[in-house]
Amino acid sequence: MAQKITIEPVTRVEGHGKVTIHLDDNNNVAESRFHIVEFRGFERFVQGRPYWEAPVLVQRLCGICPVSHHLAAAKAIDVLVGAGTGEGLTPTGEKMRRLMHYGQMFQSHALHFFHLVSPDLLFGIDADPAIRNVIGVALEHKDLAVQGVMMRKFGQEIIRATAGKKIHGTGAIPGGINKHLSPEDKESFLNGPDPLNITKMLDWSQSVLEFFKDYYQKNQSFIDDFAAFPSNHLSLVRKDGAMDLYHGVLRAVDSEGNKILDDVDYQDYEQYIEEEVRSWSYMKFPYLKSLGKEKGWYRVGPLARLNTCDFIPSPLAQAEFEQYKAVTHGKPNNHCLHYHYARLIELLHSAEMMEELLNDPDLMEGELVVKGTKVKKGIGLLEAPRGTLFHHYEINEDDQLTKANLIVSTTNNNEPMNRSVNCVAHSWMDGKQEITEPMMNAVEVAIRAYDPCLSCATHALGKMPLDISLFDADGKLLDRKWDSIE
Amino acid sequence: MRILIYGYGNPGRQDDGLGIRLVERLEEWSVLKGLDGVTFENNYQLNIEDAEAISDQELVIFADASEEEIDDFCFSKVDGKGKLSFTTHAASPGYIVKLCHELFQKEPCVFLLHIKGYEWDFKEGISDRALVNLDRAFEYLTPILEDPTHVIGSPGHLKLC
Repeated sequence: MAQKITIEPVTRVEGHGKVTIHLDDNNNVAESRFHIVEFRGFERFVQGRPYWEAPVLVQRLCGICPVSHHLAAAKAIDVLVGAGTGEGLTPTGEKMRRLMHYGQMFQSHALHFFHLVSPDLLFGIDADPAIRNVIGVALEHKDLAVQGVMMRKFGQEIIRATAGKKIHGTGAIPGGINKHLSPEDKESFLNGPDPLNITKMLDWSQSVLEFFKDYYQKNQSFIDDFAAFPSNHLSLVRKDGAMDLYHGVLRAVDSEGNKILDDVDYQDYEQYIEEEVRSWSYMKFPYLKSLGKEKGWYRVGPLARLNTCDFIPSPLAQAEFEQYKAVTHGKPNNHCLHYHYARLIELLHSAEMMEELLNDPDLMEGELVVKGTKVKKGIGLLEAPRGTLFHHYEINEDDQLTKANLIVSTTNNNEPMNRSVNCVAHSWMDGKQEITEPMMNAVEVAIRAYDPCLSCATHALGKMPLDISLFDADGKLLDRKWDSIE
Repeated sequence: MRILIYGYGNPGRQDDGLGIRLVERLEEWSVLKGLDGVTFENNYQLNIEDAEAISDQELVIFADASEEEIDDFCFSKVDGKGKLSFTTHAASPGYIVKLCHELFQKEPCVFLLHIKGYEWDFKEGISDRALVNLDRAFEYLTPILEDPTHVIGSPGHLKLC
């Protein structure tokens, strides 16, 4: 009799996920699915609200990456108020936002690698879960764990200094930013006591890259072969082809590096990207229209960004980029676990960009806001830590939002995450009659590579983060269990 | 005594903002009272850097909204010895305490104030029923902050769940 196995939730990812693996009569994997609860209702909720509230309202979506939503919404509202599409702001407005964004990127990437991924690398994905966690890292590799904590703190402090506050930050406003960087904050970030200064952050960013490269050298087949499969890749790039995490044009390449989207204006994204609905998941499946549903899906995030860009405009990260590209002989990298490698190069790039911006006098003085002629439709995109984030708003004559469409990074990665799960399921579970903890973790390792954000923002105590359901082949619920966090 | 009062939750999700609202009220109250040595902090959720934030405190009180089956609120000790959640980028209070101990060799006295909430939609504002619980939690906590020595090492002061 065919079996259906449910793994829920997926651990060490943002929020909740559920994996179902269907086995056939021979205990081989017949089908696998990764289900996600998305931001249901939010797009309808914002309708009727004044457009200028959007950059603050969207932070209700998610307590994990509010800065990314805040800035993507602000970029869309810039268009609505006639302040341009990311290039029309004052130097102060754009650079303060960029500093906020690189602070977010830095803290998010540091947290992901040090505290979510490093346990798998340091102890092995089949190690005892009792030690394969960050407490285990703290016990055996304390320096790494402390670095992760302090790098995350530095990024959070950058966000506080630019967004104004940790909860519902208001830094980005229509057409610009609401403040300059204070001299005290600038001095603290540049020359503060160790370790909370940019010099130490650069040093640690380089050392963690060396740590990963050393691991890769010793475990090359595991890193290269785990859930590897060819795909298209999509991201923003600067008009000259440079990596740009805040603004640019949309570029997509196939698994061989051929351009599919050739640097198009993202205000026209609807001409190029469609979203498919499937009955078994709340999350849509985006694809490139020109290739259709079957072939048009793509990856986003660090792996994709390093595949689409021609170079990285900061010297240390560029040097690492050249080594990284040599691994695949200049061709796109389609290895799932190379997401981690790419993410760490972006971590270093973010540190370099923060240093450059902190030394830029435009952050300390200059006009904050520009105004223009209002239009009815605005689209804002940026490269969030997990990938390309789309915010699309339309307004009426009364300045009320009439439409909102959000394609979040994790939605863009929906199909590749499903395919990664399927790869692992076949590799680890074909012919097996028993599902062991290492097998389950292998599935999660594949998903974690994408650093998905499945958060529903509400995290109150007793909110049932653990919900395990077991169904038989006929879809009958056999068992369901709940657990709650401390 | 160095004290940190730390509320967390998303105030854009109705009662999920109970912990933050409580801390805002306590901060206003402490200014009127002229309380020294108390730091107030708010965030969407706890995260790893909070292990460092609590490391130089003697008393830490986390405040969060709760969906548990409790009447109004409860006040429990956090020792990092129970189940430690590490399922998302958000961390539990126990996890923060454990991480603080392992990374910084510090063991502040830590409590968690659970305040019962009821509504969790995409809206600002605490529900009327939850506001009653918030008032009770406020009344419970203020005497403790005026004389915190009574709560440390004294299980009789706990209002267990």
